[in-house]
Amino acid sequence: MQRVGEVIEASTTDFVAQCYELYQSPPLGSLVKTRDLPLELYAIVYNATTTSLEPGRRPIARGKDEAGEEEIYRSSPQLLKLLKSEFNALVVGHRQNEKLYHYLPPNPARIHSFVYLCSPDEVKEFSQSFDFLNILINTNLPVSAEELISACLRQMSQVYEDRHAFLVAAGKELAILLSGQFNQLKAILGRIRE
Amino acid sequence: MTQENTQRLGIVISGSSSKGVEVKLDSSASVEDMVVGRYVTIEGQKRRFFGMITDVSLGVTDQKLTLAPPDVSDPFMAEVLAGTATYGTLHVSPYLTIGGDVASLLQGPQPVKTVPAHFSTVNLASDQDIESVFGNENKERFWIGNPLDMETKLCLDAEKLVERSSGVFGKSGTGKTFFTRQLLIGTLQKGKAVNLIFDMQSEYGWEGSSEQGLKVKALKQLFPDRVAVFTLDEESSRRRRVSTDFVVRIGYDEIEPEDMALLRQTLNLTEPAVEAVYQMRRRFGRNWLPATLALKDSDETKELLNRLNIHESTFQNLQRGLATIGRLPFIEPHVSADAVGHILDHLDRGVNVVLEFGRYKDFTAYILVANLLTRRIYAQYRERMETAMGEDAARPIPLVITIEEAHRFLNPGVASQTIFGTIAREMRKYNVTLMVIDQRPSGIDEEVMSQIGTKITFLLDNERDIDSVLAGVSGKSELKSVLAKLASKQQALIFGHAVPMPVVFQPREYGSAQSYKDFIPDEHIEKDIEELWG
Repeated sequence: MQRVGEVIEASTTDFVAQCYELYQSPPLGSLVKTRDLPLELYAIVYNATTTSLEPGRRPIARGKDEAGEEEIYRSSPQLLKLLKSEFNALVVGHRQNEKLYHYLPPNPARIHSFVYLCSPDEVKEFSQSFDFLNILINTNLPVSAEELISACLRQMSQVYEDRHAFLVAAGKELAILLSGQFNQLKAILGRIRE
Repeated sequence: MTQENTQRLGIVISGSSSKGVEVKLDSSASVEDMVVGRYVTIEGQKRRFFGMITDVSLGVTDQKLTLAPPDVSDPFMAEVLAGTATYGTLHVSPYLTIGGDVASLLQGPQPVKTVPAHFSTVNLASDQDIESVFGNENKERFWIGNPLDMETKLCLDAEKLVERSSGVFGKSGTGKTFFTRQLLIGTLQKGKAVNLIFDMQSEYGWEGSSEQGLKVKALKQLFPDRVAVFTLDEESSRRRRVSTDFVVRIGYDEIEPEDMALLRQTLNLTEPAVEAVYQMRRRFGRNWLPATLALKDSDETKELLNRLNIHESTFQNLQRGLATIGRLPFIEPHVSADAVGHILDHLDRGVNVVLEFGRYKDFTAYILVANLLTRRIYAQYRERMETAMGEDAARPIPLVITIEEAHRFLNPGVASQTIFGTIAREMRKYNVTLMVIDQRPSGIDEEVMSQIGTKITFLLDNERDIDSVLAGVSGKSELKSVLAKLASKQQALIFGHAVPMPVVFQPREYGSAQSYKDFIPDEHIEKDIEELWG
C-alpha cells in the first residue's frame, strides 16, 4: 500500500493531509483511505495545494539568473523544506468490521493518521456501488462537482479492463441522479467519454 | 413462479384497471424491439398477470433534452442516455391473472380485476406462459398459428369455437380464405362439429389458389373420407377435375317468399313487389313462382292483379326479378333428388359438405341457394334437437355453416328476416352456429355482430369496419391500435369466446407439402400400432 501523506486537519465530511514529499499529492479524484482500525475511511481527493510552510512568508521569484526551472531548486535546496504540499479529500465511505459502507463514518479521521492510495482491487471493490456519486453531487466544494466527478470516474475507470462499460454504467447512474439537470449531466459526460 | 428463459423488459410505473398499466422500459430493452400486440407477463406481489402491449411511447426525464437534443452521434452519450434520461414506455393491457397459491394455480387464469403493484417486473411472455394460457395441442385443441414473434404454438379449443358463431374478417387479400381453411380443418380433425360450407369461389372443396397463382389443396384432397363436395355447376366441376359427390338442383317449388325478401337488393325489387310475392304464394300455393312467371299481359291478369291489389308496375318489377331466378340453370321445374336430404345424410355421418357454386358467382344464386338450403337444414336440426331434449336422446352433432360475403345475408335490412340472422341470434340452442367470412363487417347487423362469439380479424383499414368488429369488447381503444398495426398479410387478431384473451398471431403456414403433412398426422401408423398391440 502506497502511503501518500498524513492527516493534519479533519472534520466529519473531509480531511486535509500533508504529503511527505513536495508535490507528491495523489491525482485529483483518486480514492485514498486512512486506517484507524477498526475503522477505515475512504475519501476522494478533491483539492491539492502547495504553500509556504509559514503562512506569513510568501515565496519570491528566484529564477532570473537560472537557465531552467529545475536549476532554482538545485541552487536553493532549502526550498524543498520551506514549502509544503497538502491535499483535501472528501470522505465518501468507510469500512467497519470488514463491511463497506458508502456513506459517512461515525467519527472523523484522527490527526496524524496515515493516508494511503487505494490499490486497484480496493478501487474496484469500492466502485461496485455508485452511491458515493450522490455525496459528490451534493457537496459544496471549491472544485465544481462536474470536474470532481469526471476526474474521479476517469481515475476509477483505469482499474477496469472494460473501461467503457464502467463509464457507461456510471453515466447511467448520473443520468438518474441528475435527471432534472441535463446541462450538468452533459458537462460530466463530455469529460468522461473516451 | 420460475423465472427461466424470461426476458425482462421493465417495471410497472403507473396504471389503472380500466386503462391498463404503463411500463418503463429498462435500458437494456430497446424500444424498437417492442411491438404492439406482443405478450408480456407481469410479476405482481401476489399474482401474475398476462397482458398485451397495446402502445409504445418515448419519454424524457428533462424537457430540456427535447429542446436542446444531445449529440447522439457520440455513441457513449447515446448509450448512457438510453433508458435513463431518455426511455421507452409501454402501455400494457392486462387481461388475465393467476394467483400464486395452489388453489388459484389449479383454477387457472382468471379475468383481471385489479392492477399489479408499483414496480412489478414485466417480462416478455415465454413459451410456457403462452401454453399455460392457451393450452397445448391435444384432443380438443388445434394449432392455428404462432403468437406474434414467438415460436410457441397457439392453440384453439375446437369445442369452444363451434359452441358459438364465429367470424373471420379482413380486407380482401389478407389471408381470410387460407385461414378459414385451417379453421375448418381444425374442427374437422377434432370431430367436434360438422361443417357445411357455401363455397362461392370454389376455394374450399377440392383446391384453391394462392395470390401467386399457385394451387393449394383444399379439404377434399386432404381428407377424402370426411369431406363431400356438392356442386351446383357440374360442368365447371368436371372441367376443374373435381370429383363431386352430388349435383344440387333446386326446384321451383322449393323457393319461398322469404327468399325473395332476402334477394330484394340483389334483384332490385321494390318493397311492394316483395309484398306481392306473399300474395302470389297465397294465391298459387307451392308453385307460385312458375305460375307468376307464366302470367301473360292479358285482361285476366289485370283482373287478378286488381283483386290482389297489386299495382302493375310492381308486378312488372316482380316478374323481372323472378325471371332472373328462372334463368339460373340449376333451378328446374321439378327436382327428384332431395338436396337437403343428401346434405343432412352426409352431415349425420360426420362428413363435411362443401357446396361449390362453380360459375354461378353472382350473389343471386349464392344468397338464394344458401338461404334456401340453410332454412330447411336448420328446421331439421331444430326438430331433432327438440326431440332429443324431450326424449333424452342423443343430440345431433353440432353443425357449423360457413358463409362468405356475410353482410349480404346479415345486413341490418334483412338480418331479422333471414335464417342466418336467426341462427346468429339463437346461437347454440339448436346446435347450429355460423362461421361468417366478410370483408365489410360494418355491413353486418349490430345485433348479429354482438352475438358472434369468436372473432378473428385480419387487417381492416376502414374506421367503421374496425369499430363494428370491436364493438362491445373491453379495452376497445387498445385493441383498435393493435388492429390498425397488423401487417397487411398473414397477421390476425383473435378474441372472444374461444380464447381466454385477445392475441395477435401469425396463422400457420398452408400450401406447402410440409404443411399438408402437418395437418394429416400419420393416423395410419397410429392405427397400425394400436392394432398391433391390441
